[in-house]
Amino acid sequence: MEGEKESVRMRVFRAGSCQQLFYRYQDLAPQLVPLDYTSCPDVKVPYELIGSMPELKDNPFRQRIAQVFSEDGDGHMTLDNFLDMFSVMSEMAPRDLKAYYAFKIYDFNNDDYICAWDLEQTVTKLTRGELSAEEVSLICEKVLDEADGDHDGRLSLEDFQNMILRAPDFLRFTDSVKFPPFFHL
Amino acid sequence: MRPKRKRTRDVINEDDPEPEPEDEETRKAREKERRRRLKRGAEEEEEIDEEELERLKAELDEKRQMIATVKCKPWKMEKKIEKWAKFLRDFENFKAACVPWENKIKAIESQFGSSVASYFLFLRWMYGVNMVLFILTFSLIMLPEYLWGLPYGSLPRKTVPRAEEASAANFGVLYDFNGLAQYSVLFYGYYDNKRTIGWMNFRLPLSYFLVGIMCIGYSFLVVLKAMTKNIGDDGGGDDNTFNFSWKVFTSWDYLIGNPETADNKFNSITMNFKEAIIEERAAQVEENIHLIRFLRFLANFFVFLTLGGSGYLIFWAVKRSQEFAQQDPDTLGWWEKNEMNMVMSLLGMFCPTLFDLFAELEDYHPLIALKWLLGRIFALLLGNLYVFILALMDEINNKIEEEKLVKANITLWEANMIKAYNASLAGNTTGPPFFVHPADVPRGPCWETMVGQEFVRLTVSDVLTTYVTILIGDFLRACFVRFCNYCWCWDLEYGYPSYTEFDISGNVLALIFNQGMIWMGSFFAPSLPGINILRLHTSMYFQCWAVMCCNVPEARVFKASRSNNFYLGMLLLILFLSTMPVLYMIVSLPPSFDCGPFSGKNRMFEVIGETLEHDFPSWMAKILRQLSNPGLVIAVVLVMAYVLSLLRERACVMFFLLLLSFSVFNSFSPGVML
Repeated sequence: MEGEKESVRMRVFRAGSCQQLFYRYQDLAPQLVPLDYTSCPDVKVPYELIGSMPELKDNPFRQRIAQVFSEDGDGHMTLDNFLDMFSVMSEMAPRDLKAYYAFKIYDFNNDDYICAWDLEQTVTKLTRGELSAEEVSLICEKVLDEADGDHDGRLSLEDFQNMILRAPDFLRFTDSVKFPPFFHL
Repeated sequence: MRPKRKRTRDVINEDDPEPEPEDEETRKAREKERRRRLKRGAEEEEEIDEEELERLKAELDEKRQMIATVKCKPWKMEKKIEKWAKFLRDFENFKAACVPWENKIKAIESQFGSSVASYFLFLRWMYGVNMVLFILTFSLIMLPEYLWGLPYGSLPRKTVPRAEEASAANFGVLYDFNGLAQYSVLFYGYYDNKRTIGWMNFRLPLSYFLVGIMCIGYSFLVVLKAMTKNIGDDGGGDDNTFNFSWKVFTSWDYLIGNPETADNKFNSITMNFKEAIIEERAAQVEENIHLIRFLRFLANFFVFLTLGGSGYLIFWAVKRSQEFAQQDPDTLGWWEKNEMNMVMSLLGMFCPTLFDLFAELEDYHPLIALKWLLGRIFALLLGNLYVFILALMDEINNKIEEEKLVKANITLWEANMIKAYNASLAGNTTGPPFFVHPADVPRGPCWETMVGQEFVRLTVSDVLTTYVTILIGDFLRACFVRFCNYCWCWDLEYGYPSYTEFDISGNVLALIFNQGMIWMGSFFAPSLPGINILRLHTSMYFQCWAVMCCNVPEARVFKASRSNNFYLGMLLLILFLSTMPVLYMIVSLPPSFDCGPFSGKNRMFEVIGETLEHDFPSWMAKILRQLSNPGLVIAVVLVMAYVLSLLRERACVMFFLLLLSFSVFNSFSPGVML
């Protein structure tokens, strides 16, 4: 995964958007982030500012996304984390990298498995609590029925990847962040 | 927390040359390098000594050089490719933004679910198809005639007859598409049969014929293409292995950047889940087989009764309209004149409600019930359509008979006029030249214009019926329920009548059959696609408004996207059934002698032969004549049958069936081409 991340980062460099990403990062907290990164400051932009970015503020999973990509899992991101997040969410990242990170995002309790509780959280966030508890548990049951290959009552990374890479809509998920609307290449 | 290491840069000597100003890429590369160094250095807890320093400096210089070279030539190529990729992306975004009514449809989808939205998607797709047909007919038929053809009043076929002149511009007459509307580029009869017109020598009759054929061909292509695309989608959509999992993990659109869209998306996701849950529950219910079967038999029996009744009503209306046609038009009221149209429209409106009632007995899964309903309404409308066509064929035959009489009369009339002219010249040898005003020339009954007019009138009356139904059935009803609820004994909103649900099946079928009318009539009335464009445009806005304002989402919610191919399949069938009569008329009926671009010919398709003779070298004509040799045609048919047996893809099979039927057709009516 690390190797793939690096290669995606290189592609992002060469696409010339690194500069713009840096300016976006700097704009989030101008007092905190120095313009001169040559001294490699150890700066983290707090989650509240990350979560208010236009690309993320309407996303029900923004907290999880920030947590997954942040240094210590608390949602506060360094420039590195920020670049990682955008490169994985861009159209340049390969599908398996995206699937890996999607798994981590949906794994709310960070136990390397998507269990029934994680699923409940996901569904509730997706529907903003509009479904009844019965309906939510029916959905979670069905998901586990469908995707749990080793029948241990929770989805492992293999189960998840096996399921997600066959999804027709995952193609839309893979091109989630298009650079043009927010950056100019 | 990573251990803090002394930065390499700080250790570099002061008398070293200043590092060159770097840009972002080099800086990042250097930072990466530094971090990788740090990671490596983390294992050995020692200070960096002189040798290490030299090695590091050398490495850094190397890296810097590498980046510099990378920035040169190959970089330019990369930049070009990146620029091209950016251009393509921008173009895709632009194309996506150009698609009209996207926000409206998304708003409807989030409130009413995917089934209702699919109707509007279908409407928009039809709009696109009709736009192409409109562009073809307008730019290649109507515009050239208007720009380069002879103006109104110069020829008998282009002038309102003397007898009708007084009322030619009345609204009532124009509404019926008589008078000035009839003698205009809107209808077939106006066009002149000169081989070329204007300074560009535009071949109008050829263009008229080819555009007619192209419209049919294009329609087939586009419907087949949509069906094959949907087959691909269906394949994925029918894959139910991970239905719920995909819904949970891939429904959020990570591109959403504004709160209103996000709201819509949340609503549509919730609706989606509810639909899926209902389907899941319905699949688990048990049934009492025998009672169900009896009820279904009963329902089908009632449906047959209704279809039979409807067929008989139309037949009776046709007979009556033939009687009325014999009578003097002034003695007939509005109802008598429009009886047939009204009967067809009313049947189309009320019978589906009856079918819905009968479907209550059957208790099918909503998706299957929808298919049955669609099938029945389809049968009803098809019956209506074909009775209409039979009536029309009757009329055409009458007009062709009439034409023979008129032709005979004209020769007599001409003889009389010349005699009168010679008599007027008997006195002085120098007099006004022989001139008859075009309005005074006796006319043949132009059957093609009559056909065009019938279709235009039917389309207009259909539009009006639809809009009036929406206004009364949906809007007034909603107003009544909303405002009279306060002073009514029972709760109007929950009991009867409550708000209307959006009738997807009825609307889709109406759209399909209207399109069938357009396909049938556009050869004889080139304005028909234009009229349809207007109609679809206003329908979109009007129905969107009506749905959001007066309708409520269906209580039983289910996904209709899998029926997309069902709708398209019906559309294809209607296309086929609509073009058959047109092709039959083109091939076997003689064109009117005094109106239209094919007047004077024996058959309409002779224009192709004429073009081949005059505009192509003679050897080409000889070759094509050989091609219509029956032996050769049979050989081609056999080859195609063989190819068909090899093909698996549905679309290719259909296309080849088309070609096959065309070649068989060709061989049975020899000399279609020449």
